[in-house]
Amino acid sequence: METGIHELTAGYALDVLDADERWAYETHLAECEQCREELTSFWETTEALAIAAAGPSPSPELRGRILTAARAERQVVVPLESRRRRVVPVLGAVAAVAAVVALAMGLWATQLSGDLDDARLALERERQAAAVLADPGARTVALEAGEGRLVVDDDGRAVLVLDELDPAPQGKTYELWIMEGENASPAGLFPGQDGRDWVGLDGTVEPGDVVAVTLEAAGGVEVLENDPIVASAPV
Amino acid sequence: MEAPPATVLAFPAQPSWPMRKQHAHLSDEALVAQVARGEEDALAELYDRVGRIAYGLAVRVVRDDRLAEDAVQEGFLAVWRSAASFRAERAKASTWILTLVHRRAVDLVRREERRRTEPLGDELPGSAHESEPTDEAAWLRFERERVQTALKLLPDVQREALELAYYGGFSQSELAQRLGVPLGTIKSRMFSGLVRLRELLDESTQEGSWKPEFTS
Repeated sequence: METGIHELTAGYALDVLDADERWAYETHLAECEQCREELTSFWETTEALAIAAAGPSPSPELRGRILTAARAERQVVVPLESRRRRVVPVLGAVAAVAAVVALAMGLWATQLSGDLDDARLALERERQAAAVLADPGARTVALEAGEGRLVVDDDGRAVLVLDELDPAPQGKTYELWIMEGENASPAGLFPGQDGRDWVGLDGTVEPGDVVAVTLEAAGGVEVLENDPIVASAPV
Repeated sequence: MEAPPATVLAFPAQPSWPMRKQHAHLSDEALVAQVARGEEDALAELYDRVGRIAYGLAVRVVRDDRLAEDAVQEGFLAVWRSAASFRAERAKASTWILTLVHRRAVDLVRREERRRTEPLGDELPGSAHESEPTDEAAWLRFERERVQTALKLLPDVQREALELAYYGGFSQSELAQRLGVPLGTIKSRMFSGLVRLRELLDESTQEGSWKPEFTS
């Protein structure tokens, strides 16, 4: 596999890889500048293939449906009563696709300045989070503090989606917590970003747990002392 | 020479899609940045620019109007959700959007498995529905012809591999099976096809006053 993986670039650009091959290729992409450049170039060529297919127009209603759906998603951000949580479809499978594709593009930028291991770790973590968001069986839990929502799959893997959290100030980091009654366990650090952000939690949550976020000094802490700035309803 | 009526604009009017003046001058990439801040108007403008190509592509892949609209809608919602992670220095926004819509269309068609039970026959892209909508932007018509001409100049086996791969929704092992050739052959045809198509497109761009018809 390793020796032939460069050959997957054309197949990746044309979307003919199966799930396992995509996974392997994306992992490879994180560490191969040559493939990233080639993929960028092939994607431009596939855009030409897309143009070659241009023909019929969509129905005029499609535009309105897209905008309405986008608006509805923003409204989901408003905390909902938890009993409604199963009713709200939040993030479809395509969100995961978007994340991975954007990631493939974004990673290249990350790598220019960042450490490769960090980039790979981030890729792995985002991909696990993407799998949760893509799970049709996942449910949404409202936030009682902060803007966004928590998405939890049947195995208790959880992703926090945040809408209005600024990047952490210099020298600071956001820290995730899983709170089981009085017990709070650290569940990962993240820097935050403008616009929508989403981050997967280390570990799993149980029914009744609360997920929270605090702002801490870089490196994070082991024991929760600061007041949470984001907190979910009980899972 | 008569002066054109004052109401005639250089752009084809889209009555139900009012042009948003405040966005018209922005690049696609700048629009994505605005989408990342939650501006619906910017998403609407991106749709007006790329939506039609995205839909044509989706129809070609899924062969179903409703499914194609689903793929486009989900692709644009993906743009809405993940615009913040887009990096303009690595790809054009339109490329990104079309990549998302294509991936979604492929996943939809694989799930439906509709293509697997259909014979390939004369349904090969190029011979299927060639509707010529009259309101199509001139640049799009020109670009499409340019690409289609470049495709025709490809060796047959490369063109076949690219078209089946990109428009067919097949996996590469399915392609190998259908064409009765080893997987390695398919891989190399797709690779050489993309490389050659890229060269042909570059050449036709450089020619500048390139014309779709051959003059002999």
